Amino acid sequence: ASPLTLRIVAECPVTKARACDLILPHSAVSTPVFMPVGTQGTLKGITVDQLDALGCQICLGNTYHLGMRPGPDLIEKANGLHGFMNWKRNLLTDSGGFQMVSLVELSEITEEGVKFKSPYDGKEILLTPEKSISIQNSLGSDIMMQLDDVVSSTVTGPRVEEAMHRSIRWLDRCISANKNPEKQNLFAIIQGGLNTELRKACLDEMTQRDVPGFAIGGLSGGEEKDDFWRMVTLSTDHLPREKPRYLMGVGYAVDLVVCVALGCDMFDCVFPTRTARFGSALVPWGSLQIKNKQYAKDFEPIDPDCQCPTCKRHSRAYLHALFKSDSAAMHHVTIHNIAYQLNLMLSVRQSIVEGCFPEFIRTFMKRMFPSRDQYPGWAVDALASVNITLE
Amino acid sequence: MAGCRMKLELSRVALGKGRLGVLKGLGKTGQLSLEVPGCLLHTHLGTVPHLTQDTLSTLSTLPSVTQITLSNIAEHQEVLEEFKDGFRKFAGLHDTVLYCALHDPATPCPTGHTTNKTVSVWGKGREPELVPEHGGRRDVADQHLPIRGSESQWIAHLATWMSVSWFTKIPGVAMLQLKHMRLEEYILSTSWRAWRCFGVVEGGDILEERVRSAKETAKRPVSGFCLDGLQTGSMDQALRTQLISAVTKELPEDKPRHSDKSLLHMSAPLPAVMEDLCGSQRELKACEELKHTRVHMLLEGLLQGVGRPDEVLASVEAGVDLFEGFFPFQVTERGCALIFNFNISSNPELAGRAPPAELEPGEDQETAGDSQHNGDLNPDDQTQMTSFEINLKDKRYQGDFRPLVEGCGCYCCRNHQRAYLHHLLVTNELLAGVLLMIHNTAHYHAFFSALRDALAEDTLDLLKRRVLGQTERKD
Ligand SMILES: [Zn+2]
Ligand SMILES: [Zn+2]
Repeated sequence: ASPLTLRIVAECPVTKARACDLILPHSAVSTPVFMPVGTQGTLKGITVDQLDALGCQICLGNTYHLGMRPGPDLIEKANGLHGFMNWKRNLLTDSGGFQMVSLVELSEITEEGVKFKSPYDGKEILLTPEKSISIQNSLGSDIMMQLDDVVSSTVTGPRVEEAMHRSIRWLDRCISANKNPEKQNLFAIIQGGLNTELRKACLDEMTQRDVPGFAIGGLSGGEEKDDFWRMVTLSTDHLPREKPRYLMGVGYAVDLVVCVALGCDMFDCVFPTRTARFGSALVPWGSLQIKNKQYAKDFEPIDPDCQCPTCKRHSRAYLHALFKSDSAAMHHVTIHNIAYQLNLMLSVRQSIVEGCFPEFIRTFMKRMFPSRDQYPGWAVDALASVNITLE
Repeated sequence: MAGCRMKLELSRVALGKGRLGVLKGLGKTGQLSLEVPGCLLHTHLGTVPHLTQDTLSTLSTLPSVTQITLSNIAEHQEVLEEFKDGFRKFAGLHDTVLYCALHDPATPCPTGHTTNKTVSVWGKGREPELVPEHGGRRDVADQHLPIRGSESQWIAHLATWMSVSWFTKIPGVAMLQLKHMRLEEYILSTSWRAWRCFGVVEGGDILEERVRSAKETAKRPVSGFCLDGLQTGSMDQALRTQLISAVTKELPEDKPRHSDKSLLHMSAPLPAVMEDLCGSQRELKACEELKHTRVHMLLEGLLQGVGRPDEVLASVEAGVDLFEGFFPFQVTERGCALIFNFNISSNPELAGRAPPAELEPGEDQETAGDSQHNGDLNPDDQTQMTSFEINLKDKRYQGDFRPLVEGCGCYCCRNHQRAYLHHLLVTNELLAGVLLMIHNTAHYHAFFSALRDALAEDTLDLLKRRVLGQTERKD
């Protein structure tokens, strides 16, 4: 048996949303969950104690970056990524394939794996499914991701089909390469681009494999939102109820709420932490650009209702001034943004448990948008597909 | 309010061996104190560089005096005027005394542009900028004399102590003359503020001018003295020590303060407004009443621009009480960690608790080699690594799973290893600055604590040998 248990705590009677307890090797995770991204074994200026205090139960590390520096051998010596960064809760690592294709020029994909030139020493490196799993085994993450053949979601045609089939073959190679199946969970990644038949075929194949969880991949890469939500809902329709569903690369508040309604449990995105470093603070009515002049004399906290350490102590005006003087300003906003994401998911979960998720969505949308006609059409359609009408 | 008075109580004055004491009566209600020799908390706009309240509060003991910089704050003048509740509240600081210096000691400051009318204030990474007033030049006197007009009261919102230093970078007779005239004028026009005012002793490297400056400044009813223009890089330690010794001789004697506390107690009813003037009318009135009271001087020598442990030790011996706390920040910015040893406790139990920097035999040589490569090759350059630190970017720490300093109780050393810090530095991760700042601040303040212990136990020579040991070893 895999080291993962999913207990469904509540299911929304109207939408496909559910609240679960996901029991992982390092601790239990309450879903729906947003997972902050700590690319290089650290979450952008935030200590692990701060992250823990914010209530974070799982965060991400990037296999590509960590495999390059400091490398799997050193991390293994440090008792895995948990030991290296001294994080006591759960970790999820990606396969490294996505970074390779998106960051490294001149990468070449063959049946064997992804071939690319190291940006550090120019050496040619081949990342195979076996290699990816081997690195992730060294990292010791609680959830590993299979190496998939990543195609941009805007690409169409035979390349999408090829990638989908190859991802299935690579999944099988990843499963057999996993040295720690009793300690580390391996998730499959559903591919198939924006093509309904291909997605369906991929779902049929992959759900036959005995993997502890599934990710919905190949989305949030610049495709039309109308296509995006249809692929998400198609995937959740065919994924097994008793296994966790992870929607990759999604982190905008509206997307999170809608995709929970469509039946997803886990999300990750660099957006909340990246945008924080540019001075953008997330609030229930959108975001504040703290560096803008309008906040220079605004002595309110970022969000008067927020209970995070930043909002309890500092004003928008002080943060505005501090951005010119010290990097601690970024840390303040990063902390607030993580708190915002985690609290959003916590309230989502609570409303599901209390059976009032549809009401939550309506209130959330009203607060986020000044008027009904500013609701994004795709969100209205997506919510309508799960029986939520927004007045 | 009546109990609020700042006074320096010296418990020990050893001739040529430094002074030990407590600066008491700080803070709004006089409940705060600062042990001397000591250092101030270095900040950017009230924030310890890289740190948020969570990370700062992992440090067990912090100085009760926070240093802010006028050049840093000047551009937010309008905001502070509108805020009205004072800088401390603006910055989210709670129980601390503010000390406002003119310039950031950690950033080299260009000379010039200071006249008898204006003061140059350097903002971050920008051209020298004269603090403007209504689009024009702001008269320094106006800017420093908040009592004259309601519009220019903003400085009063800022700080407890303000170093009065208008001509810092211009040594020479004429300027010193001018300075003293200015100081006089300043104190006379706002005598209530003088209590919170440190006189600056200048004179470059000309001994006669230093002595003259000290004598003249000492005639004014200032709360303390800043020794300026002696910063690292401006001169060697021998000359610095010589100048400091000559100057401290001219500053009012220790004896009255030391032996006649009651006199001090009675004759020094310092204004109740040690800080946070906040423009409160009541407080201003109280100050006005106290204006004519004759008060004895309270003295601390604050040495600006000096932070290296060896220079601190020499300066303490020469009679300096307070230092600016920028050194840990400079060390952090170059990706280094303070590891120098200051543990002289013979009690093994105590030795275990104090942060020792003992390295394993093999490592010893490596560290010595480190200093040779990166050490004091260019002591004039404050950005250069010193022999008191290790450069964690160095490849040798890549697989080093030990804490920065074995036995150090700081958050960084309790939770992380050198290998992780090396990784954070080579990947340019923000957490590197956070963790290094925590450790370096803890280590530096623990050094000051050990320094005070050594003064109390008369073991300063032993401490000096321990601290300088690492420097000597490399020779
Ligand atoms: Zn907040
Ligand atoms: Zn430490």
